[in-house]
Amino acid sequence: MPLIASAFASGLIFGLGLIVSQMVNPAKVIGFLDLFGRWDPSLAFVMGGAVAVSALGFAVARRRRVPLLAPRLEVPARRDLDPRLLAGAALFGIGWGLAGFCPGPALTMLLAGPWQVPVFVASMIAGMALFRVMPADWPEAAFRRRASEADG
Amino acid sequence: METFTPVSALAGGLTIGAAVALFLVLNGRVAGISGILGGLLSPARGEVGWRVAFLAGLLVAPFVHVAAGGVLPAISIEASPGLLVLAGLLVGFGTRLGSGCTSGHGVCGIGRASPRSLAATGIFMATAVATVFVTRHILGI
Repeated sequence: MPLIASAFASGLIFGLGLIVSQMVNPAKVIGFLDLFGRWDPSLAFVMGGAVAVSALGFAVARRRRVPLLAPRLEVPARRDLDPRLLAGAALFGIGWGLAGFCPGPALTMLLAGPWQVPVFVASMIAGMALFRVMPADWPEAAFRRRASEADG
Repeated sequence: METFTPVSALAGGLTIGAAVALFLVLNGRVAGISGILGGLLSPARGEVGWRVAFLAGLLVAPFVHVAAGGVLPAISIEASPGLLVLAGLLVGFGTRLGSGCTSGHGVCGIGRASPRSLAATGIFMATAVATVFVTRHILGI
């Protein structure tokens, strides 16, 4: 139960931060991404502030080793760069640039925003579901097939 | 519209960082929104409750903000419905393929100096800037 309550509190505080920072407004996000137009640098301050406090949180969490409410720290351990990571980030960036929405702000405004928000969130969940039905070895297996065909 | 808002941006950023730090120190997890949502599509035992709770916190945030006397920022969505659907598909698929989004890679990953997250953030920032350049200044949509 405490795990649930703390997750709810974290989500709530996260959402409040997205609202206060105006990250929930796609026009504001696109203003930041529009380097070659009327650039609005505000979101650099959002990222800067968030990263500074999150770095502090990681330092504390690592020192304590064990979280206060959970049996262990579950932080991703991989350090390698693979095609999935790079291609996924590239596709996400294109989608982010098209609408100005990333997952956090879209979910935060799902019940309180205009009708476009549920349209975006439904498509986002469909995109996640589409990824789930892709074969587990995709796209690496396709790359390997290509390579061996080229060899042959 | 007031365009450059460094004070509210920094205040919001510090709040987001506080949420990440709290979640990490209490629950031992990274607050990556796409991962928290995506995990619900293939639910594992004991993994559903906290995910739903975190997302519920996000969903009620605007109502709590207003109840506390705050004003919601104006939401201006310029993309057409077709473009929104395409954007949503790309964001959903891309964040699962790339194991993270602005929160997981951009805030949490950079906060712990992860090489994967630094690379992912550099790439999604670059493709997002390029996409805005093409749509705004070349295609004019």
